[in-house]
Amino acid sequence: MYQWDFGILWSYRWLFLNGLGVTVGFTVVIVILGLVFGLFGAFGSLARFKPVRLVALTFIEAFRCTPILVQLIWFYYALPILAGVEMTPITASALALSLYGGSFYSEIIRGGIISIDKGQSEAGAALGMTPVQSMRRIVLPQAIKRMIPALMNQSIIQFKNTSLVSVLAVPDLVYQSQVAAHDSYRPLETYTAVAVAYAAILIPLTILARRGEKRLAVSE
Amino acid sequence: MSDTSKIEIRSLRKSFGSNEVLKNINLDVPKGGVVALIGPSGSGKSTLLRCINLLVVPDGGSVRVGDISFTFGGGSKLPDVRTLANFRATTGMVFQHFNLFPHMTTLQNVMEGPVTVRRIAKADAEKLARAQLAKVGLAEKADQYPATLSGGQKQRVAIARALAMEPDVMLFDEATSALDPELVGEVLNVIQQLASEGMTMVIVTHEIAFAREVADRLIFMRDGVVVEEGPARQVIDNPREAATRAFLSHFHRTGALPPANAAS
Repeated sequence: MYQWDFGILWSYRWLFLNGLGVTVGFTVVIVILGLVFGLFGAFGSLARFKPVRLVALTFIEAFRCTPILVQLIWFYYALPILAGVEMTPITASALALSLYGGSFYSEIIRGGIISIDKGQSEAGAALGMTPVQSMRRIVLPQAIKRMIPALMNQSIIQFKNTSLVSVLAVPDLVYQSQVAAHDSYRPLETYTAVAVAYAAILIPLTILARRGEKRLAVSE
Repeated sequence: MSDTSKIEIRSLRKSFGSNEVLKNINLDVPKGGVVALIGPSGSGKSTLLRCINLLVVPDGGSVRVGDISFTFGGGSKLPDVRTLANFRATTGMVFQHFNLFPHMTTLQNVMEGPVTVRRIAKADAEKLARAQLAKVGLAEKADQYPATLSGGQKQRVAIARALAMEPDVMLFDEATSALDPELVGEVLNVIQQLASEGMTMVIVTHEIAFAREVADRLIFMRDGVVVEEGPARQVIDNPREAATRAFLSHFHRTGALPPANAAS
């Protein structure tokens, strides 16, 4: 029977905290950037001008239909060779994760917008609104409500996806715990603690998301 | 006639794919006139109504409301987004399914056009909106959300919302078809009041008795063409065409209008 000894991890607490800080900070960055890419993707895929639509759909499908791990490695190793841009591991992984997240956010935002009854934008148009006005005043305020649960869900997935950046030696929680595991010869304790850390952050967030969802449903 | 008419439609054509829904339609509505459009579903009457404010862009012909006119087809350029929006702001439209904005209160619904489109100051828009709500008998519902209103109340709010733009022309697209029978009267009552105030109106309706009472002229459409047109009472009481007779035989044409209780 294995003898658990979590006490040994205490001496690595600063390493873990450091890694956790990188993971959380990284998530914030890729969620915000991802939402920006997502907005562009969504409006691009709904554009009236066909070439814009094609570019947006190509972007969405390229990032949605390839594994994020492959994208991370590709951005760090292939892009510098092809485009001649040198990127730090942090830039490369932030970019890859943001675009990957953005492709999913695009679909969520697009789905939210087209789920709003056509009569709503017609009523706006009949009042004399331009398409932009009716999008801003009528469609988006209703669509955003419907998008929020799915956006939260996708952001939770993004939080977990940051664990993959350790393959590019970005010092996130997983990378730091690899260091700790090698140093302490206690991989079981280390990775159990890491799993608990992720869950400890995400479980309250999911509860919050579910509550928000209920409140939005009531105000419909 | 055309120099006094408020709405003038000439040779209007519209197809959806291979389905030709409007075939060479002409229509004149004098200032203050009330025209009822009737016909079986699929006859093109709703499409014709939507062509008047260009919610549907025709393939050919011309549309004039007041001083603004547009020509379509034959290489003429489609109006741009701004021009269309400005044009639509001068006509009010009421939809079968109300299409109220569910995320806004009744008052905000009515204020939305004046504030966003006409750029009227909020305080003035609120005054205007409250006056319009009072006019349709719903002043006390100003702070409620549409979801809490009955169908008849929703439709009256939708009328107030359109009126808040102070339009020259009102278009009604089967405004009572989605209502429970006991709620039809309160909406018809408001429309009748508008007619008596001299509003120019085009009304797509299945309420034949109401059309007979309120409309000056009646147009019967079938398969994208105007089959019969004339003074409302004359067409309803003595239709000339067999198709009109067949259609009208499905309705009670006369009698009292549904009881109206606009104060509720």
